Amino acid sequence: MHISEGVLSGPVLATGAVFAFAGTGMGLKKIDYDRIVHVAILASAFFVASLIHINIGPASVHLILNGIVGLLLGFAAIPAILTALILQAVFFQYGGLTTLGVNVVVMAVPAVLAHYLFLPMLGKSPTLTFIAGFLAGLFSILFSSILLGLALWFTNQNFFETSLAIITAYIPVMIIEGIVTGFCVTFLLKVYPEIIPKKK
Amino acid sequence: MVEENFAYGRSFIHKLDPKIRIIASIVLSFATALCDNLYLAMIYSFISIFLILMAGLNTIDVVKRLKPLFWFLLMIWIILPLTFEGDILYRFYGFKITGQGVVLCIKITIKSISILFLFTALIATMTVASLGNGLHRIHVPDKMVFLVLMTYRYISVIEQEYKRLLRAAKFRGFNPGTNLHSYKTFAYLAGMLFVRASLRAQRVHQAMLCRGFNQKFHTLDDYPPNRLNSIFLMGICGASASLVILEMIWVEI
Repeated sequence: MHISEGVLSGPVLATGAVFAFAGTGMGLKKIDYDRIVHVAILASAFFVASLIHINIGPASVHLILNGIVGLLLGFAAIPAILTALILQAVFFQYGGLTTLGVNVVVMAVPAVLAHYLFLPMLGKSPTLTFIAGFLAGLFSILFSSILLGLALWFTNQNFFETSLAIITAYIPVMIIEGIVTGFCVTFLLKVYPEIIPKKK
Repeated sequence: MVEENFAYGRSFIHKLDPKIRIIASIVLSFATALCDNLYLAMIYSFISIFLILMAGLNTIDVVKRLKPLFWFLLMIWIILPLTFEGDILYRFYGFKITGQGVVLCIKITIKSISILFLFTALIATMTVASLGNGLHRIHVPDKMVFLVLMTYRYISVIEQEYKRLLRAAKFRGFNPGTNLHSYKTFAYLAGMLFVRASLRAQRVHQAMLCRGFNQKFHTLDDYPPNRLNSIFLMGICGASASLVILEMIWVEI
């Protein structure tokens, strides 16, 4: 989910950059050198997972999985997502330099929120785990698309219909991300529960 | 899949210091993004095309990189002229196309393509290792640089894992479709990817500690001082500043 270059206004770009800067700073503070390799390799997994294409009827969408990254990393998800976005820009030209801040906010803020909202629900019962995962996946994409729409709307009120179109277009993605995240979290808890951060 | 196609070349741009290229692309990209004048946006696009030509890149590959942008542009070209408020340019069957909407679409198209061209010409023409070096020298925190380099290093490894898992699933007759079973399979596949990534991270970290990792990456690239670097940076900053000032005067007239 990327906003394109050359669309947003100066104040929106600046706000995005400031929030991304502050968030990345906070995230980096939470990562010590014993954990940094873990964060980096999970960021690679996030990058690769975004190459997985899933069919919806005749079309296909790629997974985003910022919900999972948020659940697994918490605040450290912000620098991890920033890293993945920089590399996506270098290799695939998804977005460029000026929108990097806004894109980080769009993808990472919902991820961090998902961590704090849904992590406590994990592991209580298999059904609840699936529901928490489903909601984490659905919520992150929903909130990301709303943030993306807001960035456009703050740039120019005439973008209202475009924002609505984007949010509507992401509805199928939300459902698929929800299902995939739900199953993925169930799987992780069964196979390798250590990967899920301990509740404080 | 993840290849540094443009990173190896002998052009003038390839010879520039990564630090200079990063600063120049930030300055010029922001100047372009903040430009609100159609004619000046065209000048920025000429500058970006000039940089692409200077970097001596394969035109077809450069245009192919615009594919993700194309879908976004297509969407705004369909929606904006119909929904934007302004003077009506053309009317048919109750739909109206507004002049302001079309102008905005043209502006966005020119600006977005220019910024991506700038990025391709200046940043995509360096290896990720050089990018890390450049970021380090513009005082990006060590941890962030470490993350970029380490993530890049393991993307190809994790991608191999993904391909292996997918191959194994296909050997077992997995045929992706629009059904719950497919989604579940992909979810488990992604989950397995995270598990393997995490286990690998532990091993890599232990191996690094064994080799005396002291929380610092040392760069082997060496960029000798070159007068072209400062001339290039001054040229880019001068051009950006004059275009920004020109735009301010323009509005006042």
